Amino acid sequence: MKGFGRYVIFLGSLFVRRETFKTYYNLTLEECAQIGLKSILLFMLVSTFMGAVTTIQTAANLVSPFVPRFVIAQVVREMTVLELAPTIMAVIFAGKVGSSMAGGLGTMRITEQIDALEVMGINSASYLVLPKIIASLLMYPLLVIVAAVCAIMGGYLVGSLTGALTPTEYVYGIRYTFNPYFISFALTKSFMFAFLISSISSFKGYYTSGGALEVGIASTNAVTTSIIAVLLSDYFLAYLLL
Amino acid sequence: MIKINTITKSFGDKTVLNGISGEFEKGKTNLIIGSSGTGKSVLLKCIVGLIHPDTGNVFFDLRNFTEADKEMKSEIRREIGMLFQGGALFDSKNVEENVMFPLNILTRMSEADKIERVNFCLKRVGLEGVNKKMPSEISGGMKKRVGIARAIVNNPNYLFCDEPNSGLDPQTSVVIDELIMEITHEFDITTVVVTHDMNSVLGIGEKIMFLYKGSKLWEGSNNDLTHSGVKELDDFVFTNKVMRGLKGA
Repeated sequence: MKGFGRYVIFLGSLFVRRETFKTYYNLTLEECAQIGLKSILLFMLVSTFMGAVTTIQTAANLVSPFVPRFVIAQVVREMTVLELAPTIMAVIFAGKVGSSMAGGLGTMRITEQIDALEVMGINSASYLVLPKIIASLLMYPLLVIVAAVCAIMGGYLVGSLTGALTPTEYVYGIRYTFNPYFISFALTKSFMFAFLISSISSFKGYYTSGGALEVGIASTNAVTTSIIAVLLSDYFLAYLLL
Repeated sequence: MIKINTITKSFGDKTVLNGISGEFEKGKTNLIIGSSGTGKSVLLKCIVGLIHPDTGNVFFDLRNFTEADKEMKSEIRREIGMLFQGGALFDSKNVEENVMFPLNILTRMSEADKIERVNFCLKRVGLEGVNKKMPSEISGGMKKRVGIARAIVNNPNYLFCDEPNSGLDPQTSVVIDELIMEITHEFDITTVVVTHDMNSVLGIGEKIMFLYKGSKLWEGSNNDLTHSGVKELDDFVFTNKVMRGLKGA
């Protein structure tokens, strides 16, 4: 509970003694490039394979002649939109971006760079962390959309190449009884996950004390805690919104 | 002038600073000296506001910094320059961006004026032509100089240096010490240096405060150091044969 209290106070401190809008604007753009552009290839690669594997495994399991083949595409669509793109990608996001945030802030802490900002009269938490959170909120939903598209494309390619289902069946399955609310649900989840991962990782990094070993521990803790928070919130969001 | 009044700080059961009072004079290099673990850095952090003391106050030219509101604190902090032990340069920024950083945040100077000021400060610390180098590409001594340039770029009234010589060779240490002293006199600022380097103590210690186990045991100048009559200070200063020889002479 003490840790949670510190986390809440930390979040509150992001909004006091702020710098100018221009400062945050520039920092947020830098963070967007750092978070978005440097993660997109990994996201595309993982999600394409994820879609491909889901297609093959679903095809292998749907052996009944009474189930039409286009259902494979339907399963891929629902799994991708509802869970694989927002949640599994969140685990990857925590591993790549979250650990980098915690490591970066932890290093800044132990090398007194954060103290240097404070001595200059700058609210270091707000200056360093707020742009990271805003950039994550902007970029993660976009990455999730890219991941979903890539996963569906991966399924299409593998389905066509292996003959599990025809391209026409796949496209028909993707469009069949499509519920647009699921997209809103996935994006709501992605906003929540982006906030949790960026804020928890920053919190862990910001309060690092000690040396290089502690920076490593902070990075690991950031990933572990973020993933647990993501999975818990995933359950509650599914319970509340579906 | 900076005045500290009965500063006390404890971490858990351990009292690190025990009612320290004193004055740091303007236009002089004021040294806080003592062995490792005596609370020098904690005192410095209490003075600049990185640590809040349990009791006591810090006055910057009669302005109570410890009990000041956020606006007043921010105003005083804009008059502070600080050199950290490891330089504390921002890894992601090059030398020029590091030195320019306080100007970007704290002033509304034009880009041309900022570059002119940065070049002036880099020249003042003996670094020219390194503007575009990253902190990882320069030596420890150069990092300290860049740290000094960043500390003075916004024309501070107060300069704080936390162990400016740590990790430097004796020759570079002397250069950094002399630079700090020159800047103090040239810009007539109040400089506080935390050190346990005896060369610094003897070289630039215009006013010295000696801490021992969290308490102030002695205050004076480098000229008075050899005849302080304080055993703990003598033990600290005359640790090796060379220094003991100096005392004998």
